[in-house]
Amino acid sequence: MGSIQLKSVRKSFGAVNVINGVDLDIKNGEFAVFVGPSGCGKSTLLRLIAGLEDVTSGEVLIDGKDATTVGPSKRGLAMVFQSYALYPHMSVRGNIAFALKMAGEKADVIEQKVRKAAGTLNLTDYLDRKPRQLSGGQRQRVAIGRAIVREPKAFLFDEPLSNLDAALRVQMRVEIGELHNVLKTTMIYVTHDQVEAMTMADKIVVLDRGSVAQVGSPLDLYNRPNGLFVAGFIGSPTMNMIRGAPAEKRGAATIGIRPEHADISTTAGEWPAKVRLAEHLGSDTFVHADAEGIGALTLRLEGEAPLKPDQRIFVTPREANLHKFDKEGRRIN
Amino acid sequence: MAMKQSVGKRAGVTILAWVVAFLIFFPILWTFLTSFKSELDAIAMPPKFLFFNWTLENYAEVQQRSNYLHYAFNSIVLSIGANVVGLLIAVPAAWSMAFAPTKRTKDVLMWMLSTKMMPAVGVLVPIYLLFRDLHLLDSLWGIGLVLMLLNLPILIWMLYTYFKEIPVDILEAARMDGASLLNEILYVLTPMAVPGIASTMLLAIILSWNEAFWTLNLATSNAAPLTAFIASYSAPEGFFWAKLSAASTLAIAPILILGWFSQKQLVRGLTFGAVK
Repeated sequence: MGSIQLKSVRKSFGAVNVINGVDLDIKNGEFAVFVGPSGCGKSTLLRLIAGLEDVTSGEVLIDGKDATTVGPSKRGLAMVFQSYALYPHMSVRGNIAFALKMAGEKADVIEQKVRKAAGTLNLTDYLDRKPRQLSGGQRQRVAIGRAIVREPKAFLFDEPLSNLDAALRVQMRVEIGELHNVLKTTMIYVTHDQVEAMTMADKIVVLDRGSVAQVGSPLDLYNRPNGLFVAGFIGSPTMNMIRGAPAEKRGAATIGIRPEHADISTTAGEWPAKVRLAEHLGSDTFVHADAEGIGALTLRLEGEAPLKPDQRIFVTPREANLHKFDKEGRRIN
Repeated sequence: MAMKQSVGKRAGVTILAWVVAFLIFFPILWTFLTSFKSELDAIAMPPKFLFFNWTLENYAEVQQRSNYLHYAFNSIVLSIGANVVGLLIAVPAAWSMAFAPTKRTKDVLMWMLSTKMMPAVGVLVPIYLLFRDLHLLDSLWGIGLVLMLLNLPILIWMLYTYFKEIPVDILEAARMDGASLLNEILYVLTPMAVPGIASTMLLAIILSWNEAFWTLNLATSNAAPLTAFIASYSAPEGFFWAKLSAASTLAIAPILILGWFSQKQLVRGLTFGAVK
């Protein structure tokens, strides 16, 4: 079991409010991702759940029990740090076994569990090495091994992949996803990378300046962002935001249109525009254009599109996929 | 041209370094040489540098007159014992200041350092009276206590600087792994800090070994370390330079040898925190 609930959790450092009353319900077995720009409080929120920081007010419940004042060592949660935070003076075996030793397990049980975890993570050949003799990806695996061997109620990941290169990041992302499928343990994952959030999460929690902006499944957030902040944060390339006449015509202060939700024609359409740059990726073409009276637009076309800089085009948004927002930036359709 | 200049410059710096090193080392060398002279040669004018009748009679007489081993034993017990106890207090103290600081931590650190700036003689009388009333005069426990307290600010300061370099993530990982505070300090922090703890200990042991003010004032015989052994040769009959030198050589030899073999650790200990 490993459900986690937050009730009006607040955290301030001196006069600075970092978390402003967060309510959150993470169910047993769920893969939840906290995402948001740097400084939004996502890591702090994770550390509050871990018990590494004390809440200023509010409650943290683990499996329905109040854990607000329980120390980090007693919460039964495991954490993987951005810096790996391996014990440099211990071998890989020592690192993975440490938590079991602290829990007072017998030596033969420890060895058996360490071997099993090392096997799962392809670390069997490295058990006697020190962390400094490992590559970045291997260190990350040791950090994960150290977490899974304890069979915790939930795993907490604090931007675990941000120190890895791009190829390894994709590979580890898949491995963590598979690990979740096998273990079926609750995972909370913090990242500033919305692609990681979209690909891994059952539930995404978007944070903005210490408050929850929106909670939902990746596609919920993509298809129905509840405000300008989430609309702009989720999705790559980002959503086009259009103010002024085209928005007023549709009864909104701002309208949002995702790059793939507009049609391009060279002969006729709603918004005349001029191509600034076309990026040909093979599978897609990203078109950066300047629309008259609207400004810069980013559009995505499937496959190859024979567009060149300075070419005149017409852009027509698909009405069904339009996002409408009021003056305060809230969704209204 | 530039190459030549830099060679000349380096030669100059090297010569200067040797001159300074020689000046610092000279008193020790002179003491060492004097310890092999007769009393007459020792006070000869002009001084005799190397060409005198080398003799071991001073060492023989020093051995006869006083029990070197008794003093050496006290020195060892005091300098190691006091600092082991000091370390047991300093490690947790430095831990809390480095990893759980409060608004007042900097002030506490400065206050501890300020105690080292106070002239010791200012508190000699109250401490002497306290020691007299508590029957701690001339006892190893009493002298050990003073030496421990004397070095505690240095131990805490040095460990604090060293601990500050250890990533707090690793200690937090230990907490998440279910380690109690004691286990975190014992199994994670201390092993990682071993080089720092070792150089801190080394420096503190040397300072304690050389400490003369308190050991001379609070100990006479039972608990007297090697400082008292040296001092006993400048006693009522006047100065006997050759014997005094022999006693001094015997007293500083152990710590000199220790320092020689651990100079790398020591330099590291004295400069850590300075360069990241």
